[in-house]
Order: sequence, then C-alpha cells, then structure tokens
Amino acid sequence: MNKTIAILGVLIVVFGVLLSGSLFTVHQAAQGIVMQFGDPKRVIQDPGLNFKIPFIQNVVYYDKRILNLDPPSEEMQLADKKRIVVDTFARWRITDPLQFFQSIRTVNAFRDTFGRNLNAGVRNELGLHLLVDLLSPKRETIMERIQSRLNVTAKNFGIEVVDIRIVRTELPKEISQNVYQRMQSERARIANELRAQGEEKKQEIVANADRQRTVIVAEARKSSEILRGEGDARRNTILAEAYNKDPEFFRFYRSLQAYRNSMKDDTTMVLSPDSDFFRYFGNITGKAPK
Amino acid sequence: MAWNPQGGGGGPWGSGGGGGGPWGGGGGGKGPWGGGSGGGGQQPPDIEEMLKRSQDKLRRFLPGGGFGSGKGLFLVVLVAVAVWLASGFYRIEAGHQGVVMLFGKFVQTTNPGLNWYFPAPIGETMSPNVERINRIDVGFRGAVDQGRITSAARDVLEESLILTGDQNIADADFTVFWKVKDAGHFLFNIRDPETTVKLAAESAMREVIGQTTLEDALTGGRENIEDRAREVLQTSLDRYESGVTITDVKLLKVEPPQPVIDAFNEVQRARQDQTRLENEAEAYRNRVVPTARGEAARMIQEAEAYKEKVIKDAEGEADRFISVYDSWAASKDVTSERLYLETMQEVLGGVNKVIIDKSGGGVVPYLPLPELEKRQREAK
Repeated sequence: MNKTIAILGVLIVVFGVLLSGSLFTVHQAAQGIVMQFGDPKRVIQDPGLNFKIPFIQNVVYYDKRILNLDPPSEEMQLADKKRIVVDTFARWRITDPLQFFQSIRTVNAFRDTFGRNLNAGVRNELGLHLLVDLLSPKRETIMERIQSRLNVTAKNFGIEVVDIRIVRTELPKEISQNVYQRMQSERARIANELRAQGEEKKQEIVANADRQRTVIVAEARKSSEILRGEGDARRNTILAEAYNKDPEFFRFYRSLQAYRNSMKDDTTMVLSPDSDFFRYFGNITGKAPK
Repeated sequence: MAWNPQGGGGGPWGSGGGGGGPWGGGGGGKGPWGGGSGGGGQQPPDIEEMLKRSQDKLRRFLPGGGFGSGKGLFLVVLVAVAVWLASGFYRIEAGHQGVVMLFGKFVQTTNPGLNWYFPAPIGETMSPNVERINRIDVGFRGAVDQGRITSAARDVLEESLILTGDQNIADADFTVFWKVKDAGHFLFNIRDPETTVKLAAESAMREVIGQTTLEDALTGGRENIEDRAREVLQTSLDRYESGVTITDVKLLKVEPPQPVIDAFNEVQRARQDQTRLENEAEAYRNRVVPTARGEAARMIQEAEAYKEKVIKDAEGEADRFISVYDSWAASKDVTSERLYLETMQEVLGGVNKVIIDKSGGGVVPYLPLPELEKRQREAK
C-alpha cells in the first residue's frame, strides 16, 4: 500500500518535470524559434501552447509587435544643395524570425545596423528632392518612397518596415541664423509698409476732408452770390419801376440826396458865386448878369 | 468561456470543497498537472520547492494515515485544486478593459466587474485602462494649468522649433491627448506606445505646419492645424492598428522664435501706428467737414439776409420816392426850389467853404490848403 503510493508519487513528480520541460507558451505579442543545441528547428508565430523535447531543445523569443527605431538625427544635403538636419524614425516588426535570427540575432544589433541603413536610405532619397518638397504634401510621397526603398534591404533581416516618418527637418544652426535675419528684415519691411500705409491713408483722408471743405464753401459762396444777385436784380427792378414815373425828377431828387450824403463836415469846397445857389447873392432879381 | 456565468456566482462555488465534488475526478487529474506546469512554466526553482513540500506532506500522511491516509491525500489535492481555481477570479475596474489569454493566446476582451478565467499558468489576464486620457507634451516639459503653460514649464527648443511652409521658423508647443481604443491591439500590436504616439505626433505636427505659412500659423490657422495634425496622427496610428485613439491635439502656443520676437512685436507696433494715423486723419476729417458745412450754412444765411435787406431797402426807397414825387407833382416849381435850397443849405452849412469870384480879375487866389486841413485836425 505504502509502496504503491510512493511509486505513484515518484511517477507524478517525474511526469511533472518532463511536462514542464516540454511545454511552453508563446505569448500573443511574441514569436519564437525552437532551437536544438543552437540549431533552429521550428518557427512558432501563432500564440498558444506548444511542445518541445525537454532538455534538448530551447526556445528563443522575439517580439511580434511593432517596434520603434529612432536613429540619431543627421545632417543631409538636398537636391538644391541646402543642408538640413533630419530626424527619422521607423516602425518595424520581425516577420521572419528565422531570417532575423540567422542574419542579426539580437534586436540591439539590428537597431545599430539598420539605423545606419535607414539614415542612408533617407539621405539617398532626400538628395533627389528640394526643401520645398519636404514642406508640401509631397512629404508623404517621399516618406513612402523611403519606406519601399528600405523594405528591399529589410527582407534580408527578416523584418518589414511598416512606416517611415520624417520627424524633424531642421535647418543647421548657422542657416537658422540666416533665416532669423531674413525673418527680421521681412518683419521690418512689413512694419514699414504698415506705417507707410497708415500715412497714406491719413493723407488721403486729410486731403479728402480738405477737398470737401473747399467744395462745400465754394458751393455755399456760389449759392450766396446767386442770392445776392437775385436781391440786387430785384432792387433794380423795384427802383426802376418807381423812378420811371418821372426820370427828370428822379435825376433831380437823387442828385440832391447824393449831395447830402457825399458832403461831410470835413469837406472843403471852393465855390464860385456864379452858381445857381448864389443867384441872389449880388442880384435881387436873381437873373444872371448879362 | 463556459466558466463566466459560474464566475459570477463564485461565492458558493469557492466556499465548498464539497461543491467541487463532481469536479473532483477531473480536478484530481488536473491538480498535479496544473501544479507541475504552474511552477514549471517559467520558474524552475519553484517547482523543486513545491515538489519537496508535497513530498513532505505525503510522508506526513503516509506513516500515520494507514487506511485513512488515501482519503486524506485526496482531500489535500481537492483543496489545492479548489484554491488554485479560486485564484482565477479577477476584477476589472471601471474604465478598464480585460484582455483574456489562453496559453498566451488572445481569446477575448471582458468588461468591468468580477470575472473568472483559468488561473496561471493556463490563463492570463491583463486590464489596461481604456478610459483614462493620457497626455503627451511636445515642445516643453512641465506643468500646465488649464491649458496655459505656467512658469514652471520649460521649453524644449529642439522639439518646438518647426520649419513652416514659407521656410520660416515657428516656435510651437502642443499637447496630445490619447486613450486606448482597443485593448487587444494596444497590448499586442505596438511596443512602447508612449514613444510611438509622441514621435508620430511630432512628425504629424511638423508635416502640417510645414504646409502652413508662418503668418497663418500665428494667426487664424491654429484650429485648422490642430484638426489636420490630429487627422494625420490618427491615420498613421491606425495604419499599424495601434489601438490608440487621439482625442485631441491642442496647440498651446505658436510664436515666432525668440531671436525674432522683437521684430514681430515691431510689426504689431507698426500696426498700431497705422491705426493711430488713420484715426488721427478721421478725427481731422470729422472736425473739418462739419465746420465747413457750418460755414457754408452761415454764408447762405448771410446772402439770404442780404437779398431780403436789399429788396426791402429798395422797396422802401421806391415808396419814399413815389411819395415825394406825388407831393412834388402837386406844385413842381416851388417844391423843386425848396428841395434844392434845403439840400444846399444842409450841405454847405457843414463844410469849409472858399468862394472865389471868377470875374474878380487880377487877384491870384491863395488857397492855404495845408493850413485848412491843419485847422480841421485841431478842431477834431
């Protein structure tokens, strides 16, 4: 009885050990290669429970997710000889773990090597384009072209480049200074223009106001001259009408009026006693001497 | 999966080892297997300890147990299995999403609440937060208070200086808000989502601003830039099924870079000057034109008055003349003579007179005109 239980126990233990050495799980986000003494035997890309020969085989796991590759930024020359600092990053994943294992083995080594490839690919492609292309919808196309360019080499590593993004395109420091100077002069130009425009507007408004004033006054003067003329005309008519009753008397009467109004106190008159006024001066008859 | 409904009623099930009775047979078979592989999955040192412990237990039961020991062993195994199964309960907090894997293989997602799934090493659950909105700052680091960058924030120039479409440089800071849209994709499709979102966001923003002029970026184009950046970013994240959704992209500031900010302020001042000049001119116009209008009105009124006056005067004069004429017509000679004399009297009465007789002959009249005038002046 005791013996059977002991044997059972030992069997269970042995079974357990064997089982633990032969069963392994591949996680959803991983993939693995079953190795036998360092020799790849089987590639497992589907997640789940798997078997291997215990003690003889072991498993190398790789990530199945999309990984980032962000090599340091580099100064590159564009087709128009302009130099810019470009920072790219790539999204990639291992599609063929066996190929990956055989060609480069570790992810870190890959990053190093492929980072250089990436920058070279970007450099080659950007050498064909102008800076303005990078600042236009063409940027998208350029990134796609770099991607397909890189995917050719990518096959050798058993990976796939999912996406290439140009993160930063910067002008090198010394060129930035020039840009700043240009921006400053541009701003100065705009500022001057604005002020000049203000001055222009001001002149225009002032001149317009002056013109309005002149015209308004002139028109008023015109109207008032017309009115005065009307008044004078009417006066002439009225007086002529009255005086026409007897022009002879008018001349006489009006002359008397004029004398009265024109001779003031400070006038000195030299008179001849021959005049009508002195008719009786030396002559009682009042008749002119013969 | 069939366990989910039972998971809900976990209480009674977990409490009774007896309840597990019908399961006992299967559980007994599974127990050691589960135990073995449970420890053996990844941590070999643990197995040995476990084995040793179970061997100890066995030994303790064997000598003393006798007939009853078989039953005791069975009970121990049962309890172990029950405990193991009970450890399969897991709770998903509100706002999280459960992801269930069987032997590492994604099976399904579960909702918040109490759930059950096979415990390790058979099953595995993860529960990322799908409600929390994560934020990534680009162009600066540090505190932001209600959308405003506080003084504690620090500018990161290499991130915030962006080349614009007209080859100028803008200094832009922005924040990206994102959350997990699909826990499965989020967990299994991308590694290091934070970095991925950040780099993609930076790339998207640069792409968009690279197609905008500086003037637009500084003034009216902000919202447009935010929208387009969000679109570009979402598209690029969707391309590799990242399971991330961008809820918002907020531009916090877009400014000209530090070295040229003075020049930009100068433009602002110039704009003020422009307005000021215009206003001054307007003020001048507003003063001058009404004044002129007033002056015009005055002139017309004056002319109007002159006209009236002249006419009235004429009428009066005419009437007067007619009256005089009528009276004169009655006795012409006398009246004429009288009028003449009266007038002459009046006229000559007031003036200085010198009477010289022409027939006086020989006498050269001396007319001391300057003296006369002097006398007049003295008289005044």
